[in-house]
Amino acid sequence: MTIRPFRLSVLTLSLFIPAALSAVVLFLVLYSGQAIFFNGLHFITDINWNLGDLYDDPVTVKGVLVPSGANYGIFVFIIGTLASSAIAILIAVPLSVGAAIFLAEAVPPKIRPVLSLLVELIAVVPSVVFGLWGIAVLVPFIGHYLSPTGNGYGLLAASIVLALMITPIIASTLLDSLMQVPKENRESAFALGATHFEVVSKAMMPMVRTTLVGGIVLALGRALGETMAVLMVSGGGINILPTSLFSPISTIASFVVSQLDSAQADPTNMSVRALSEVALVLFLITLAVNAAAKLIASGALNVRNRN
Amino acid sequence: MSATVISPVRRSAQEVRRVIVSNIGWVACGIALLLVIAPLVDIVGVVAYNGLSAFSLKLFTTSTRGTGGGLLNAIEGTFIITISAMAIAVPIGVGAGIHLSEYGSNKLGSTIRFLSDVLTGTPSIVLGYFSYIVFIIGFGWGFSLAAAAITIAILIVPYLARITELALQQVPNTMREAGFALGASEPTVVFKIILPGAASGVVTGALLALAISVGETAPLIYTAGWSDHVWNGKFTHSPVGYLTYVIWTFIDQPDAQSHALAFAAALLVMLVVLAINIGVRLVVRRTKFV
Repeated sequence: MTIRPFRLSVLTLSLFIPAALSAVVLFLVLYSGQAIFFNGLHFITDINWNLGDLYDDPVTVKGVLVPSGANYGIFVFIIGTLASSAIAILIAVPLSVGAAIFLAEAVPPKIRPVLSLLVELIAVVPSVVFGLWGIAVLVPFIGHYLSPTGNGYGLLAASIVLALMITPIIASTLLDSLMQVPKENRESAFALGATHFEVVSKAMMPMVRTTLVGGIVLALGRALGETMAVLMVSGGGINILPTSLFSPISTIASFVVSQLDSAQADPTNMSVRALSEVALVLFLITLAVNAAAKLIASGALNVRNRN
Repeated sequence: MSATVISPVRRSAQEVRRVIVSNIGWVACGIALLLVIAPLVDIVGVVAYNGLSAFSLKLFTTSTRGTGGGLLNAIEGTFIITISAMAIAVPIGVGAGIHLSEYGSNKLGSTIRFLSDVLTGTPSIVLGYFSYIVFIIGFGWGFSLAAAAITIAILIVPYLARITELALQQVPNTMREAGFALGASEPTVVFKIILPGAASGVVTGALLALAISVGETAPLIYTAGWSDHVWNGKFTHSPVGYLTYVIWTFIDQPDAQSHALAFAAALLVMLVVLAINIGVRLVVRRTKFV
């Protein structure tokens, strides 16, 4: 086998991608090692995140130097993440299914590119601009008309902003596959006397169900990791489980950002290690969700494809 | 309903119900589309209205002071972070794309493709935190341009690689064969035949990556820090300001002046991001029809 310098150099460049990913995982694991040891399983079941007394002398627990009274539990943030993403999906799915059906079937072909461009553009608006709009428009609206306490920041605001951000993912996926439904299927349904809407809802939608589910899971992966917009409108609730749509929450991702200053103040560096464990948990959750989306999209979980 | 006038067929109650349900369905779908698009229009409107009223020459000539002043340092910071990130990411991303397209139809290629998708799906805050523990704490660089640029580069390399791969795949195989038949070497075929043929696709990828890096916030908070001054030329040990930081923090200040700066920064970011994305889509659509 001859050595081809050109192939070797582009191979080296492409190996940067797995190298970067491995480095991210490796350093997060290494750095959070002591924290994983110190926290144990309490990390994901405990609702109390307490940095401890940063000015008191650190104490040694389980052979690890930590600020006295420190306790790291992220159960509240896991619940905040799951709740906001779940509500966002509940809002986004009907909206994006309706929008995609309307775009695919009801809009004249000449206008369709313009409207679908608008839907795609929602996906490129930076997260922080969604947050800005949330603070300027959405939060005052919720505070004025919906929230019993008059405070608009909280679970509902975070969920609505997340829903807006993931709608284009689901809508574009669904639109693409609706446009690919064979003509014959539509025409057969029409020939059976179905109304146009029945053709869409009873003949076309069942054909694109798998793609729709794949798109929804992909959107879920995006919602779980979304940081800035959620941080800006969620109210930043810590150490208390949400009790209503208007409770302040934090998600795992937004919590990591909000803790920058306090982490730097910790002389034992333990909170930085615990935050590294938080980031690792977030990585694993999104990895699992995105892998599920890939499996669904590739048809591996579609039973009907196997026969 | 002119059809019913011409042939007066009586509709059964069930038929009428089906027609009514269908019409309700269409109305609901139309409302859904409106509800999806309306927030985008409102976002653009609110940002443009508030941002434009804050525009002045001072905005581009002075730096932030506390929560006032101009945006010179933030504009410059976003510019150098983006340029540095692109300088790192474009060679790696395009090279990886070449490998995946030309030599990637094997097990290694599909593994890299899969891991590249995993990296794309990783929340940007996770990448930011990784850079924080490695570059800021581990290497002791402090908040700095180098840490910020490397983080953004990690974020956009997978996009560049996949879009480059897709663009190169569009070049017909006969072009490659013609090149090799003339005795051209592999690098000559790639650089003189395939890359020029796929140039518009590669440039599209680079522009989209640029739009992503201008709009990112979360990975920069833990790497770039913030500075009221324009960049002093140091790659490490010197924090850098950037536009998205202004949006995030200044909107939480109580005074109208800082709100105006936040909206002005948002308008600048939106202008870049929307111009790139609309431009790219228009050009791509047009070439598709040709």
